[in-house]
Amino acid sequence: MDTDRERHRARETAFYLFTQQSLPACKPVLTPGWVIAIFLFMGVIFIPVGLITLRASHCVVEIVDRYDIDCVPEPSRMDKVSYIQDDSIPKNCSHFMKVHKYMKAPIYIYYQLDNYYQNHRRYVKSRSDKQLLDGQKYHDTSSCQPVESNNNRPIVPCGLIAWSLFNDTFEFIREGAELKVNRKNIAWKSDRGHKFGKNVYPSNFQNGTLIGGGKLNPEIPLSDQEDLIVWMRTSALPSFRKLYGRIEEDLDVDDVVVVNLMNNYNTYSFGGKKKLVLSTSSWLGGKNDFLGHACVFVGCSSLTLAIIFMLLHVKYRRKSFSG
Amino acid sequence: MKRYVYINDNESSHELYCDNRISNRKYTVLNFLPKNLWEQFSRFMNQYFLLIACLQLWSLITPVNPASTWGPLIFIFAVSASKEAWDDYNRYLSDKKANEKLVWVVRQGIRKHIQAQDIHVGNIVWLRENDEVPCDLVLIGTSDPQGLCYVETAALDGETDLKTRVIPSACMGIDFELLHKIKGVIECPNPDKDITRFDANLRLFPPFIDNDVCPLTIKNTILQSCYLRNTEWACGVAVYTGNETKLGMSRGIPEPKLTAMDAMIDKLTGAIFVFQIVVVMVLGIAGNVWKDTEARKQWYVQYPIEGPWYELLVIPLRFELLCSIMIPISIKVSLDLVKSLYAKFIDWDAEMIDYETGIPSHATNTAISEDLGQVEYIMTDKTGTLTENRMIFRRCCISGVFYGNESGDALKDTKLLNAVAGSSPDVVQFLTVMAICNTVVPIKSKTGAISYKAQSQDEDALVNAAAQLHMVYANKNANILEIRFNGSVIKYEVLEILEFTSDRKRMSVVVKDCQNGKIVLLSKGADEAILPFAYVGQQTRTFIEAVEQYAQLGLRTLCLACRELREDEYQEWSLLFKEASSTLVDREWRIAEVCQRLEHDFEVLGVTAIEDRLQDGVPETIETLRKAGINFWMLTGDKQNTAIQIALSCNFISPEPKGQLLLIDGKTEDEVCRSLERVLLTMRITSSEPKDVAFVVDGWALEIALKHYRKAFTELAILSRTAICCRVTPSQKAQLVELLKSCDYRTLAIGDGGNDVRMIQQADIGVGISGREGLQAARAADYSIGKFRFLKRLILVHGRYSYNRTAFLSQYSFYKSLVICFIQIFFSFISGVSGTSLFNSVSLMAYNVFYTSIPVLVSVLDKDLSEGTVMQHPQILFYCQAGRFTVSPPFLAFFLLLYNRASESEYICWMVWSIFVPCNCCVCDHHTCLCLREK
Repeated sequence: MDTDRERHRARETAFYLFTQQSLPACKPVLTPGWVIAIFLFMGVIFIPVGLITLRASHCVVEIVDRYDIDCVPEPSRMDKVSYIQDDSIPKNCSHFMKVHKYMKAPIYIYYQLDNYYQNHRRYVKSRSDKQLLDGQKYHDTSSCQPVESNNNRPIVPCGLIAWSLFNDTFEFIREGAELKVNRKNIAWKSDRGHKFGKNVYPSNFQNGTLIGGGKLNPEIPLSDQEDLIVWMRTSALPSFRKLYGRIEEDLDVDDVVVVNLMNNYNTYSFGGKKKLVLSTSSWLGGKNDFLGHACVFVGCSSLTLAIIFMLLHVKYRRKSFSG
Repeated sequence: MKRYVYINDNESSHELYCDNRISNRKYTVLNFLPKNLWEQFSRFMNQYFLLIACLQLWSLITPVNPASTWGPLIFIFAVSASKEAWDDYNRYLSDKKANEKLVWVVRQGIRKHIQAQDIHVGNIVWLRENDEVPCDLVLIGTSDPQGLCYVETAALDGETDLKTRVIPSACMGIDFELLHKIKGVIECPNPDKDITRFDANLRLFPPFIDNDVCPLTIKNTILQSCYLRNTEWACGVAVYTGNETKLGMSRGIPEPKLTAMDAMIDKLTGAIFVFQIVVVMVLGIAGNVWKDTEARKQWYVQYPIEGPWYELLVIPLRFELLCSIMIPISIKVSLDLVKSLYAKFIDWDAEMIDYETGIPSHATNTAISEDLGQVEYIMTDKTGTLTENRMIFRRCCISGVFYGNESGDALKDTKLLNAVAGSSPDVVQFLTVMAICNTVVPIKSKTGAISYKAQSQDEDALVNAAAQLHMVYANKNANILEIRFNGSVIKYEVLEILEFTSDRKRMSVVVKDCQNGKIVLLSKGADEAILPFAYVGQQTRTFIEAVEQYAQLGLRTLCLACRELREDEYQEWSLLFKEASSTLVDREWRIAEVCQRLEHDFEVLGVTAIEDRLQDGVPETIETLRKAGINFWMLTGDKQNTAIQIALSCNFISPEPKGQLLLIDGKTEDEVCRSLERVLLTMRITSSEPKDVAFVVDGWALEIALKHYRKAFTELAILSRTAICCRVTPSQKAQLVELLKSCDYRTLAIGDGGNDVRMIQQADIGVGISGREGLQAARAADYSIGKFRFLKRLILVHGRYSYNRTAFLSQYSFYKSLVICFIQIFFSFISGVSGTSLFNSVSLMAYNVFYTSIPVLVSVLDKDLSEGTVMQHPQILFYCQAGRFTVSPPFLAFFLLLYNRASESEYICWMVWSIFVPCNCCVCDHHTCLCLREK
């Protein structure tokens, strides 16, 4: 009873305080002392964080290898587009990658595309999420234009994104033995589980006159076509990496990895680059110095400001408070 | 145009005039949707958003789901529409209640109980005590044998004292039963909203006394929404019904006031719109060029070689939609919301409750709180605003003898008391005028004590003072007045009352002494309305001195005078007066002219001096607000000396040598011109000196100055921080406000009486003091407060906080819209200028509503400085006046704002790029962390 009444009174007074605009509040006044302290604090926090981040980033070993030009035979280099479009020429190609530093498993394999506009409006819209989940049960695929249907039969998966699936393949050989590449679990789990149907099989895919990118095995449901799932997560920027697989063995210094690749994908017509990336990871992810640099920069500038303010404060201290 | 009302004629007027159905509704069920939508779409912002929403229905160009615009749009429309609908429904309910109330109306000679809405013009309506009057009636009978009745007009003009109403002379003495059968015609003007005038005539048909036309005035009417009091019953003829009553005509929504901030927001919106068009055109061209050069090579995009005819338009329109978020859709709703809360804070403020009357402050206009923080000029009334308007009789001068000079209170002056006891004829005459030359109604309570109901505080003071000096105004019985003096009873018959108007500045009564049958004119009025009309030969020098001396002390003076009339002179004049009183056109002017014929050759009896004390805290309030950079002008109807004295006593002007008063006077154009030039010259010279220079101008000179030397006067107004304008009329007050407004100053007008209403409505902000002169000013005002000193808190605390909060909120609204929009624009450069949206529809909507609109509403509780600090250092208000949000040339500010946002967005974009480009797999095991989903 008593507590009830008290609570009631408390609520009433709280409302009264609200109506009088006198709810308890804090009003931080930025006195020189406070400002200096805040800047010092920021410096003290940011510099170590930045250094730790930088260190983590430096621990990551990354090998980038551009192969799109090297993999076109010398005589065809004048006209790469007709080379890549000619199906009769075999596209296999070998490349060497030298490991300059010990790489600890798992080693991630990415392919990187530059100047490839996966974020173009026409491209990004050309898909049907409902169809990817429900397959042919879902009929309205108008969003997939212009790759919607072929011979009056719907295409599964429809749309420009799926149609332009990346189809270069890579094999890795070290000292004559093939390196095992794990190609499972490269797509988001949520995509596999909830976005791509388990009972949806590709059909009528890449059957038209215009063949875009890779083909899909019609026996495997979409939820297991992880290359497609990775590809369908369109990138926001025109140069991007996508996961290809994982090497689950360590690579030693001065190991030479031979990459046998099938150079199928056409980036020549628009001057795009193709790169293969091998990278280890740290607790922060991949190699990225920016975060560390930014933190160190912010920390240093705060510290500098704190020192400047401190000197100014000492020099021009307000002697006494008068008008 | 006139209307003829046939009394008790059931058929003829039915089609001509509307019935008594009151309707305050704006909409009907059928027209609500179209009318409301039409109203909402007459605003530019809404039209713009509708256009955007319609464009979004075209899936080829829409970057996001149309729901992201339609949702908020429909929400905003639904909110304002349902608010309107709710208000209208409440109006409908109250109308219905009034319309269905049962009243007694005569039908075919029999009284019947019918619904109020079925009253027609010409019907006779019966009212009983405490009934509300259902429509405008002309009285034809009351229970009172003298034909009087009392009404309370609080709902009409806010005055709570009872007013007497009287039946026209033609209806005097008609039998109760006969009233049911009365026939006649009332000739009255078409409905208007003037509640102080009703210039009509009445003629009764036989068998009733078929005499000549009987004039009707507002005294013979009882108006809709008044209450009948202290009268058993009354009946009257309906002349105006339904929405055509005086109240109905004066109802109406006043023009909404626009604050400086609103104007700024509109301007900014326009500027952003122009900027947006430019961006859209640039990006549109860039997009088309990119499409034709680059996109055709990107085989995976499959651009068709030949597009439809509108192909060139598609990309610009996409960018238009993408950039539409640049103009924040939520700003109107957020601002309306917080503004209504500011208004509530004013209503709730416990420190602005007038504890004497228990009346809290009230914000009638919820939309203009932030303007309070930008006030630059305050125009204040004197009586009742700076002063308490509680009049106390202090001194008097009777035929050259000054009373009350020593003690400061004439009522305790033994000289006067002795003179009263000795029945000195001059003093008795003087006291008689004090006691009966007025419109006061004495009311005798059951215990025998007499209280007075007066409409004017001065009259109340005079009558009470006379009663204390043993001249007791004891009773008023129709036209017979009863005065008790030193034990004897004197009776007077009132023949005519020449009422007070602010033009005539005096009022008179013509009475007949019942003892000796002499007819006397008793007058009282301002000195300049009485003294020049003294009879030739009377020495008025002492009176002039007395007036000056009293005015020096800040007292209000009235001159009392009388004149004996010859019987024939009165009779002759009486006819003229009657004729003037029954004219329908320019009646007031005609009456004034006729009165002038009687009011001359006065025998001046003396001068009274009434004290009106300053309200608490007035000098402090003026000083604080002055420090805050606010200029004060005093506009009063009072005389110059009194005004200056009051001004001195409340810090309004500083005494010599610190202050200097410059007078502008003169009766002719030339004189006024010369004095104006002189003052202007002095003003220019002294403007650099730290001296408080103020100018004083009277109504006459002001009239000339405003008419012929407007430019010079405007310059003076800008130069002068202080001014006193005395003897000004209500319309001149409004003109002065208008003048300052035209110089782009934010003006605040504060007043308490009906004569301030026009200036209150004219000013950017009107503040009414709910004082003793009724609520008329408080009703017309945007804010009503109980005391002048609350103005300090209203401006410094509420105004300032409101301004800061609104400024923050609007800045923030533009800021957040621009930030997200610039991100989209920068993104378009790395997405092939194709118009892809970086954010999906749900995120965009959430950003606009949940992340950035609702949380910042908390800023209504934000206080940058404590109330105490602001009150102590009122100079801080300068910051608001200059307008933080409206830095001098608005476009410069706009581009600065734009630049800030752009660099910020660039920074965000760059951060995102830097973090994600080199390594697409950073945070998780997976690749593209920044993914595009179109959903």
